[in-house]
Amino acid sequence: MANYSTNEFKGGLKVMLDGDPCNILENEFVKPGKGQAFSRVKLRNLNTGRVWERTFKSGESLEGADVMDLDMEYVYTDGDMWHFMKTDGSFEQYAVDKKAIGDVEKWLKEQAVYTVTLWNDNAISVSPPNFLELEVIETDPGLKGDTAQGGSKPATLSSGAVVRVPLFINRGEILKVDTRSGEYVSRA
Amino acid sequence: MTNTPRPDHWPPAATIETLRQRARLLATIRAFFTARDVLEVETPVLGHAGSTDPHLDSLSLEATTPAGRERLWLQTSPEFHMKRLLAAGSGPIFQLARSFRDGEVGRRHNVEFTMLEWYRPGFSLAELIEECEALIRTVLPGDPGPLRRRRYRDLMRDHLDVDPFQSPLSDLRRRAGEIGALSMDDADRDGCLDLLMSLVIEPTLGGEGIDVVIDYPASQAALARKRIDPEDGVEVAARFEVYLHGLELANGYDELTDAAEQASRFAADNRQRTALGKPAVDVDRRLVAALEHGLPAGSGVALGVDRLIQLALGKEFLAEVMAFPTPRC
Repeated sequence: MANYSTNEFKGGLKVMLDGDPCNILENEFVKPGKGQAFSRVKLRNLNTGRVWERTFKSGESLEGADVMDLDMEYVYTDGDMWHFMKTDGSFEQYAVDKKAIGDVEKWLKEQAVYTVTLWNDNAISVSPPNFLELEVIETDPGLKGDTAQGGSKPATLSSGAVVRVPLFINRGEILKVDTRSGEYVSRA
Repeated sequence: MTNTPRPDHWPPAATIETLRQRARLLATIRAFFTARDVLEVETPVLGHAGSTDPHLDSLSLEATTPAGRERLWLQTSPEFHMKRLLAAGSGPIFQLARSFRDGEVGRRHNVEFTMLEWYRPGFSLAELIEECEALIRTVLPGDPGPLRRRRYRDLMRDHLDVDPFQSPLSDLRRRAGEIGALSMDDADRDGCLDLLMSLVIEPTLGGEGIDVVIDYPASQAALARKRIDPEDGVEVAARFEVYLHGLELANGYDELTDAAEQASRFAADNRQRTALGKPAVDVDRRLVAALEHGLPAGSGVALGVDRLIQLALGKEFLAEVMAFPTPRC
């Protein structure tokens, strides 16, 4: 991979830092009136999801990271790995491990399309679509007039996620949920 | 990475109304100096010499001139040509000059920008600070608050508990490394201090008024005289910087007039450039000759006009007060 100097740093550039692939979020050029210039850089570590703030001396460089975001359909899990398939017609599959799947495990639905981030052709993270339609597999029958919890109750969805839903929702219904906030949106 | 210019970026970054306001503010600046009998001058943007400042990157180009094919430098400020006018007896002068600094890109930087530079033969640094304050108050629409003089050493002690003159280099490296989350193990004193200044101190300056930082370390003198601080007995640079709302607005010197000292600072700069892996810059021998002829003692200051206009118009980005910032040029 090419090396990138601080003056090439910009949002979206993927670089290696401390052995991890990172996505540059922001780069601010700072310089006292006279004197040495620095770049204040915010990067997201793509392995851990954590945001780092680092300062670089002007002219320093980082190695580029071979990182790609690809659309893939979720196919199945064998218990150890989660399998996704490219949507470009190649039927090429990628196995994703527990660490890379992380919290997204509870948002998995067969045939839904996810963004899978590959680093050196290995999946390192998975992002769900913003909205998913999922079936309620478990919820208490709502009690009329019970407003103690703001008129909502927990419901377990087919993917494993638990979201708060209005009291009128019953088992077996399909709901639209926002995966970013983990909130109920509407009946599907 | 190459960028193809986007045709849809043809319109100016600044609105036409902003450009009208900008023109009015430039007229206000010219009127300020005319009323004080300071002569407006125009000097070339191109020169046979560049700035040797180790932390400024000059742009250069090749042109066919009466002397044939030559390398010429785009100025990082109009300082050298203006000092030659002073040595020739111009008296007080000012200029609104396009200046160029390679690689300076960001919210408050543009590769090409407008510098207001003026020189006051016979002025002390204190007198020039006063005039600088008067100009800023004339241009800004509201009251920016009182002016405070802040000693470099006190700022470093108060904010960071380090002494720029006496703390061991290892302490400075450790503090700078912690704050910037990087290794400063190979940095020199000024490199560490520059980082601490940029990341910790600058953002705090100019929030409640006009902050003027004075008494810089002598190693950061650039083209200012050095003097012994009567209070501390350490050598400091006779220099000031003006800050408002965390923005560095102006940089003033009690001007170096000693030709031999000037020549040796040029040579030292180029040695430092080489050590930093940067190309050496052609030295301005005509400036040294002008100093040998005699530069009247006095003070001069360079002020970033685009930033002052940005503050006057309450804009968040420098680009908002420029017709065509570099990405749109």
